[in-house]
Amino acid sequence: MTKMRIKIDELGTDILKAKGFELSVGRVVEEWEETPGPNPMPDISTLREWDHKLLKKYKPFYLPFCDLCCLCTMGKCDLSKGKRGACGLDMAAQQSRIVLLSCAIGAATHTGHARHLIEELIEKFGRDHPINVGDGSVYLEAPHARLVTGIKPKTLGDLEDIVEYCEKEIVHLLSCCHTGQEGNNIDFESKVFHAGMIDHVAMEACDIAQISTYNFPKADPEAPLVEIGIGTIDTHKPVILVIGHNVPPAVEIYEYMKRNGLENDVELCGICCTAIDITRHTQKAKIVGPLSHQLRFVRSGVADVIVVDEQCIRTDILNEAMKVNAVLISTHYKNFQGLPDRTNDPTDEIVNDLVSGKAPGACILNSEKAGEVAVRVAVAIAPKRRKMGIIPEDSQIIEAAKKCTQCHSCQRVCPNNLPIPEAMKAAAKGDLKPLADLYERCIGCVRCESEGVCPNNLHPHTLMVGASRIKIREEKFKIRAGRGPIQDVEIRRVGGPIVLGEIPGIVALVGCANWPDWKANALIAEEFAKRNFIVVATGCAAMAMAMYRNEEGLTVYEAFPGAFDAGGVLNVGSCVSNPHISGAAIKIASIFAKRKLNSNYEEIADYVHNRVGAVGISWGAMSQKASSIASGFWRLGIPVIVGPHGSKYRRALLGRKDRDEDWYVIDARTGERVYVGPTPEHLFFPVETVEEAMVMIPKLCMRPSDTTKGRAIKLNHYIDLHKKFYGTLPDDIHLFVRTVADIPVTMKDEILEFLKEKGWKESKNPSPDPTLLPRLIRVKKEG
Amino acid sequence: MAAEPWQKYEIPGPTKAVVITKPEVVSALVTRAKNPILVAGFKTAEIDFGNGKKPIDYVIRIAKAANIPVVATAHTVSEFLKRDFKPTAWMSAMDIGNRLTDPTWSVTGKNPPHDLALIIGISHYYMSWLIMSGLKSFAYKHLKTVSIDQYYYPHCNWSFPNLSLKDWEKNLTAIAENLEKGRKK
Ligand code: SF4
Ligand code: SF4
Ligand code: SF4
Repeated sequence: MTKMRIKIDELGTDILKAKGFELSVGRVVEEWEETPGPNPMPDISTLREWDHKLLKKYKPFYLPFCDLCCLCTMGKCDLSKGKRGACGLDMAAQQSRIVLLSCAIGAATHTGHARHLIEELIEKFGRDHPINVGDGSVYLEAPHARLVTGIKPKTLGDLEDIVEYCEKEIVHLLSCCHTGQEGNNIDFESKVFHAGMIDHVAMEACDIAQISTYNFPKADPEAPLVEIGIGTIDTHKPVILVIGHNVPPAVEIYEYMKRNGLENDVELCGICCTAIDITRHTQKAKIVGPLSHQLRFVRSGVADVIVVDEQCIRTDILNEAMKVNAVLISTHYKNFQGLPDRTNDPTDEIVNDLVSGKAPGACILNSEKAGEVAVRVAVAIAPKRRKMGIIPEDSQIIEAAKKCTQCHSCQRVCPNNLPIPEAMKAAAKGDLKPLADLYERCIGCVRCESEGVCPNNLHPHTLMVGASRIKIREEKFKIRAGRGPIQDVEIRRVGGPIVLGEIPGIVALVGCANWPDWKANALIAEEFAKRNFIVVATGCAAMAMAMYRNEEGLTVYEAFPGAFDAGGVLNVGSCVSNPHISGAAIKIASIFAKRKLNSNYEEIADYVHNRVGAVGISWGAMSQKASSIASGFWRLGIPVIVGPHGSKYRRALLGRKDRDEDWYVIDARTGERVYVGPTPEHLFFPVETVEEAMVMIPKLCMRPSDTTKGRAIKLNHYIDLHKKFYGTLPDDIHLFVRTVADIPVTMKDEILEFLKEKGWKESKNPSPDPTLLPRLIRVKKEG
Repeated sequence: MAAEPWQKYEIPGPTKAVVITKPEVVSALVTRAKNPILVAGFKTAEIDFGNGKKPIDYVIRIAKAANIPVVATAHTVSEFLKRDFKPTAWMSAMDIGNRLTDPTWSVTGKNPPHDLALIIGISHYYMSWLIMSGLKSFAYKHLKTVSIDQYYYPHCNWSFPNLSLKDWEKNLTAIAENLEKGRKK
């Protein structure tokens, strides 16, 4: 398509007079040195063959929530035990459709966010504002956009073209979920992969836009340490709490404070990704914590003004704000909260109404105005509110606990099945410790406090937070501000060691806060940083990692460097920063291996899948966005582990290591088919315990391209962790040892004996040039 | 007898597990099965009956008495080994669920498929519940499932109702004793 953009400051014709007139026709195609590959702007069908290749190895295991489908009015239909619905659909197709629906919602959410943010930033900074994500350290600024769309963005305006492509694809994907469309589960799964790929393109555009315009770290390994934890918030100041994912209102709050000399007089803090992103803009802001901290912090009454934007916000936030006399400002049309739209009202009038208590909140769809109102209202009401909270004192907790009749109703509605009644029994006798101990396993959902749950009208979550008061006050930690992308020079430095296996892997901790135990994030990060893996993180997982100290009293961000190198621990940023992680894998293929990037998805994914030892862990995955983020990794052939709640995504993608025929690649040098073992064994894998996750991580980092030295290093970690947690040698070592040189030296005798028992034989071709794509077979050069 | 899922909102659909009111039903099912299997999760090693015994001790007794192959999920194998019992295999809960849907697979490699799976102690109620749901829809042609966990699991063919720890231990003891008696005969 050709580009055409007409920009006219003033246009005057016989029929029309216009000012600031701008017309874009067609897509802007910026020439770059690479010619396009085979798949520019792929549609749903383009990469189907690649998806089916992956899905043949990693077959879905469906885990239906219930036997029924209730999507259309022919239903409900019972699909269990081989039955079909009134439309002909079977259970496998229905489950995969639900996965697609989830991923389409996730991708739409990020794409909608990207569209909204980019439009706002274009209005403020101009369409021609240049892209800058690395201050010269990042030449390859948009690996996903270049790979998928063939666009090399140079300005904010170019990002709109990328988002437009994503929007079109999502409409088609969503339409596939309608009754009477797709009927084959594997084709649904291919569409799931498509949604994931699109999602990463959209998230990348979104983060590029905010890094380029706001004062965010630009691929900075030395990004500053910022404060995190409820205990860091200075409750003596007026406090503004921002919640959500869209950072402009928070930036405007801070900029207003700065302009008016209030930077040190007002506390700006946040929850979820807006918190991560505002601390990328200013290190004066603080992070309260991940999503699980939302309600408990609001109920503490510390925040005078709560400003919400989009995604992952408590949908009862207005009620909760009103309970503690805090003012709510909604800044996004995705989340009006029933509040009147005051965007066009005079600022003074809105401030007066909110300060006087005439209105509990307001919707202000203009970031600058919302910023000013938030600060002025916080300053005015803070002295009056005196931080009215609803967290009980010890004596009140004990009296309340005495009323518990041990009916177990609260435990039976708790997503984590927490033993609240037991803790209540102890509390009634004056021992609050069991109640306080539940705190780190509680996701703060307050289902236990829902209407009608407790026959005695007790509020278990509130009592638990009360019992944890001291612990919560001590929540004071450091997190490295989100650094953004990985530098090209870092990729050049580690590309070789990763592909050869000498850096054992990239471990990406991402996703939400629906974990059975939040400490697991920090434990995993620490274990693998110590083992010289590269640990990268985003979003709520990056926050949770910070909220735990090692024996020396340091958080992982203080104990390990922030560089993309062996033993580094990196906070890459918020949810929309995830593509910098998948993008690093793409960059290894492009920068290090010099594979063509432009519109060449299949070949790059084939490279990443067979060579880049990376694994994602989403210990508390909850949202639809988490599922689409994961599916973007799947299409690149990167495995993702989820914590137990991840089983509720309703299907796993599992390899069968016991089936040799599934684990062949083509040696691109000769065209010969070569058995390479289950490397990696699974693509989407819910685990039962953190110990299981720890053992699976090094295992899922093995790749067919590992050199003997690299394989020995990876095996060493796998076997060592297996012995530590499983108390014995793994039973599948023979599948991963190709030659004697693969065996870790310190374990040689033991493993040789094991291999002998298994009747193991050395591979004839232990180091093929692995590919799943016959078109990449080169003509035999020698021999 | 009607029973409710332990986690109240996990509503299964029209078909629900038959509630096991007498533990003898379990021993009878095991004795009758051609190729039974026992799947044990990490909760079997976490829960204490308050008398020094844990569910895993009964799993071992049941497995030995009926000579059933045991698959330990997650890192439960370490707990079996501490008790001098080597499970037939260890693999993730997802893997064993997935393989049980395969009519050509058996953990020993012999006599596939498994026609009866006893399931106990997978660490999270909902995770166990979902795997059982997967088996209900994708292994129904060859496999019957029995939950001998503390709670009611409606997606199985048979399940204990929600039990107190005391009653759960009583039931597990009865199953073990029945099978042990049967072996002596
Ligand atoms: S979409 Fe199909 S299976 Fe679902 S309710 Fe409608 S007819 Fe039944
Ligand atoms: S708030 Fe905590 S204790 Fe209450 S139901 Fe949610 S997770 Fe369970
Ligand atoms: S619901 Fe209320 S009475 Fe019942 S166990 Fe929980 S706190 Fe006690």
